[in-house]
Amino acid sequence: MKILLNNRTEEFTADRLSVQEIMNLKSFAFKMVVVRLNDKNIKKDEYSTTCVKDGDDLKIIHLVSGG
Amino acid sequence: MPTFNQIRAFLSQKTIGIAGAGGLGSNCAESLLRCGAGKLIIADYDRVSDANLNRQFYFHDQIGEKKVEALRDNLLRINPFASLQMHFAKVTPENIELLFSTCDVVVEAFDVAYEKMMLIDEMSTQLPHIPVVAASGLAGWGEAEKLKVLKCGNLVICGDESSEVSDECPPLAPKVRIVSNLQADVVLEILLSEFK
Repeated sequence: MKILLNNRTEEFTADRLSVQEIMNLKSFAFKMVVVRLNDKNIKKDEYSTTCVKDGDDLKIIHLVSGG
Repeated sequence: MPTFNQIRAFLSQKTIGIAGAGGLGSNCAESLLRCGAGKLIIADYDRVSDANLNRQFYFHDQIGEKKVEALRDNLLRINPFASLQMHFAKVTPENIELLFSTCDVVVEAFDVAYEKMMLIDEMSTQLPHIPVVAASGLAGWGEAEKLKVLKCGNLVICGDESSEVSDECPPLAPKVRIVSNLQADVVLEILLSEFK
């Protein structure tokens, strides 16, 4: 499948992957992230149950302290 | 393009929430008020300290005051007729709706990453129709070209997404104020997109 990951095209051999699987494959190891799938907010406890499929727009944004 | 008077008249009908009155919130509030923002709802539970003066919109003689009270005084010096609703309170999942449900847009202006996360998560659950403008990555100095504005639907995140505050990488006035003003600019972009 082909998806948009952080505004870049990414291709995966699998047809469907969970948000968690994509984070593992792409080595997103940050503790604090905001995940938006097709602009919908995905909470931490939904990472492994949320399915990403061909054509989806996934954003994984690192939140760091400071303000 | 509208004139400044038209912009000010339009913005005077808008309500902007600001969660936190530190480096991001105090400076963002200043810029938005100067543009004519009608009503600001600002929540913070901290007091002004000496260490804040390197980047926050406060003054030496305000050390020890509640930030929301000191900020009200400072903002009223810019516009004595401003409508300011200040809350000396910690923003929690329990009071988010009460604080911000009347806002046209909410600015995330916290310091700690998990509080940023809490606000983004809770706003998307409790008040999903209200746009949120958050910040991530504004510590240190230099490499300002890495700062960006990331749009994902009604969530917009400003910053470089990487520079984390630490003892060796403190938050300093220039970058903190650039990012807080990026947030203010995104707020204007969101609100003025409805300008007819």
